[in-house]
Amino acid sequence: MGETAVSVENVRKRYGDLWALDGASFHIDFGECFALLGPNGAGKTTVTEILEGYRHRDSGTASVLGQDPEHGDRAWRSQIGIVLQSDRDLGDLTVAEAVEHFTGYYANPRDPADVIAAVGLTEKAKSRNEKLSGGQRRRLDVALGIIGRPRVLFLDEPTTGFDPEARREFWTLIEGLKAEGTTILLTTHYLEEAEHLADRVAIISRGKVLACDTPTLLGGRERSSARVSWMQDGIRVESQTMDPTRAVIDLAERFGSEIPGLEIHRETLEDVYLSLLQDDRYVEGGDSE
Amino acid sequence: MTTATAAPRLPSTLAIGRRRVSIELKQFFRDRNSAVFNFAFPMVLLIIFGSVFGGQNIAPDITFAQYFVAGMIASGVLYTSFQNLSIAIPLEREDGTLKRLQGTPMPKASYFVGKIGTVFVAYTAQVVILIVVGVLFYGIQLPSTALQWFTFLWASVLGLIGCTLLGIAFSVVPKTGRGASAVATPIVLVLQFTSGVFFVFTQLPHWMQVFASIFPLKWLAQAMRSVFLPEYAAAMEPAGNWELPMCAFMLALWCVIGLVLSILFFRWTPRGSN
Repeated sequence: MGETAVSVENVRKRYGDLWALDGASFHIDFGECFALLGPNGAGKTTVTEILEGYRHRDSGTASVLGQDPEHGDRAWRSQIGIVLQSDRDLGDLTVAEAVEHFTGYYANPRDPADVIAAVGLTEKAKSRNEKLSGGQRRRLDVALGIIGRPRVLFLDEPTTGFDPEARREFWTLIEGLKAEGTTILLTTHYLEEAEHLADRVAIISRGKVLACDTPTLLGGRERSSARVSWMQDGIRVESQTMDPTRAVIDLAERFGSEIPGLEIHRETLEDVYLSLLQDDRYVEGGDSE
Repeated sequence: MTTATAAPRLPSTLAIGRRRVSIELKQFFRDRNSAVFNFAFPMVLLIIFGSVFGGQNIAPDITFAQYFVAGMIASGVLYTSFQNLSIAIPLEREDGTLKRLQGTPMPKASYFVGKIGTVFVAYTAQVVILIVVGVLFYGIQLPSTALQWFTFLWASVLGLIGCTLLGIAFSVVPKTGRGASAVATPIVLVLQFTSGVFFVFTQLPHWMQVFASIFPLKWLAQAMRSVFLPEYAAAMEPAGNWELPMCAFMLALWCVIGLVLSILFFRWTPRGSN
């Protein structure tokens, strides 16, 4: 088995005059959870759908489990799991009926009751799918995505519209799949989701990958300056420094004891993300949608 | 290169097709639209026409109700196959059903097996409803010879196959799922008016008869009349006999046309996406 589960090399895709993908490249290792982060219209769904075999690409190479997705056969399909955006199908069926039905498509499916329990829908198993809330509906989609024991799972904006608690529960579910060794490609526009779940994050904008690294190293975060602040005479004082440890030692010596209201801020993933997008717009001299 | 693991075999096309039939039937019978279009509506038509004209005789001992039941069973083929699919498939294309299936290892043929199976079961249920209502309330006579039942069988099967394929092909015409019934229903209605369902065929203007003779419903209704009307009623047909070989030929021809059109035009995704 090779190291790489998914690879995308210089893929381009045009809709009319618009290059939805303009030379995107990245790869995902086996067992990795990889997040594609970017604003709406950045090309996240387009690249995901190319990898799922739904869309044709204009140029470049793409491979999932060693196959070109455009020519994926049944054996290949049985090893990938897909969770699309906003499905409204299967409304007349119950959760249990839908999950049980799809077990029949695979050679070695998971147990339907186990999967329903894993996504937290046991209490809803006998409810019609049209009666599920948005979050429950997405969890059903995940159940159907993992029923065939996929080696690679695609999750396209799985938590859009979730309340914070539902999002947390969903993250726990994805972490469980990760622990089983499933390779996951996740697209999201929630930064904290990418930071929480992903081993590596790629920031994508206007069809190009702007940066790709672990969430902590992305955009040189660990090397960037830090902001140290503390309280002095009832006023918050700030100092921007490349050397925060030194700054804290100096402060400790100055105060002789506890530094009042000490805070150290590193650049957050959000700061990195926004500055990358800003630079991208500036370079192109225009504004994306 | 990594897919060649010694995995257990995937289920066969037919096994998945059987699963599709059972899940589609569940969805079909739970969906209010299909219940209305496929069962309630034909029954209501039979009751209305049966109550208004049913007692009138179109020949010494043939009631209009007897004539009408033959036409309604022929229409039932169109309702459950052509009309049903050309409304249901655009909705499935729109709500993500087809996209989801495309993303699974389901062979595409299994989807069509599921559709054909559902159509056959729905048609059978509808015929039973029409015959029970007809016999109980309008004194409909059931066919008495084995040959008539045989004609009923082949006409139903040929009609269902052809109109199922035509429905699959026609499902690309409606632009949206919601608009699908507005496109498909009038076609069925016009064919019913011109093909000898609502009126006695030979009493229609000649040009209308010629128009209807192009399409399958006219031939289907004629074959069904040979099943439900006494032998001497054949004299009332345009050719003076039932023309069963011609009925079979025209229905088979529409099977071929339906097959060609569905292969050429059927698509899994909405227009303008690839």
